Amino acid sequence: MQAFWRDTVEFLPILMSGVALTIIVTIGSLLLSTTLGLVWALMRVSGIGVLTGFSAGLINVIRGIPIIVLLFYLYFVMPELGLTLTALQAAILGLGIAYSAYQAENFRAGIEAIDKGQIEAAQAIGMGWWQTMRRVVLPQAVKIVLPPYGNIMIMMLKDSSQASTITVAELALQGKLIASSTFKNTSVFTLVALMYLTMSIPLILLVRHFEKRAGQK
Amino acid sequence: MIELANVHKSFGKVEVLKGITASVEKGEVVCIVGPSGSGKSTILRCINGLESYDSGDILVEGARVDRNAPSIVAIRTQVSMVFQRFNLFPHRTALENVIEGPIFVKKEPRAAALERGRALLAQVGLSDKIETYPPQLSGGQQQRVAIARALAMEPKAILFDEPTSALDPELVGDVLSVMRKLADDGMTMVVVTHEMGFARDVADRVLFIDGGVIVEQGPAKSVLNQPQHARTQDFLRRVLHPL
Repeated sequence: MQAFWRDTVEFLPILMSGVALTIIVTIGSLLLSTTLGLVWALMRVSGIGVLTGFSAGLINVIRGIPIIVLLFYLYFVMPELGLTLTALQAAILGLGIAYSAYQAENFRAGIEAIDKGQIEAAQAIGMGWWQTMRRVVLPQAVKIVLPPYGNIMIMMLKDSSQASTITVAELALQGKLIASSTFKNTSVFTLVALMYLTMSIPLILLVRHFEKRAGQK
Repeated sequence: MIELANVHKSFGKVEVLKGITASVEKGEVVCIVGPSGSGKSTILRCINGLESYDSGDILVEGARVDRNAPSIVAIRTQVSMVFQRFNLFPHRTALENVIEGPIFVKKEPRAAALERGRALLAQVGLSDKIETYPPQLSGGQQQRVAIARALAMEPKAILFDEPTSALDPELVGDVLSVMRKLADDGMTMVVVTHEMGFARDVADRVLFIDGGVIVEQGPAKSVLNQPQHARTQDFLRRVLHPL
């Protein structure tokens, strides 16, 4: 146990630099996936055949590709096509795109759960499609969408570790580097696990708060 | 001000409107009665373009109703609608529900819209519920907010789609008295209803619809007191003397 504390004091500063990157990757891809997911979802419910089809197809393609392959593609293949991304950019872009499919399905479920009468009431006072979405449907859908959204946040935090495969020195990769140079596997990976858990706890509490609030209605 | 000429409408293979021709004059109160599934609500929903129609013409103040044309917005701001299930926006207070259309569709200044919104809620007897959210209101209160929301658009006519059918019996009267006052003030109203007493007392004219056609129409008292058609007689007997 004493050895563990000693290792903790020694490795924590290095691991903290990994935590910073983990947070950057998570927040970056969260913002990107939320934006893209909302766009896909709005296309899907637009009632315009071309947009609906495009969105449905795209979501299936994204869902059907492993995140790690998507990351490899962005980081190793895109330069051959003339687009060179830094590892961090590729990680945020890859995770953001991968998760946009799940975000979109969540948003769509929330939008479609809104009573049709709400949309008719909005139309009856002369609102157009976009105004109906913005003023009537989306504000109500948010409550439905938030609990699963919180879960997606937790999944993203953990999946940000996949960025390690394209050399982003986030928490998992920092841990692996320290472990392979010091052979203190137990200390290092216990620390890494605890640090992920620590970051997840606020999110878990947030989900619980969302669920409670959604249950009140 | 509202004219329907030979309007046909099918849902899939089922033809629900089989050539409806009718008109509503300015200031007139027209009640549409008939058995469920006869197409009453569909007529209302076609008038403000919530539903499309297959053939014929619907004109509002001379403008043809086409739910896919940009002109539909202007028509909807002139012809408000009150729904059976109220359809208030649950995430906005009573007052916010009322001012939503004026501010965001008609682009009125907020202060003016607020002032009129408060006056309208007072008019329907809900001055004390201005800041209340719809789920905390009774059905009758919700429907009166919905009527205030319809009035806030300063419409030339209001369509009522079975406005009291979802209400507990003791709350029906409050809503009907608000509607009666509107009628007295000269509002043009088209009301789909099962309230025969309201139709008899308030309506200028009654249309009896069955199977997608107008079976009988005329002054409210003559259609409801001395129906000429066997189907009308049969329907009224069932509604007025259900036992």
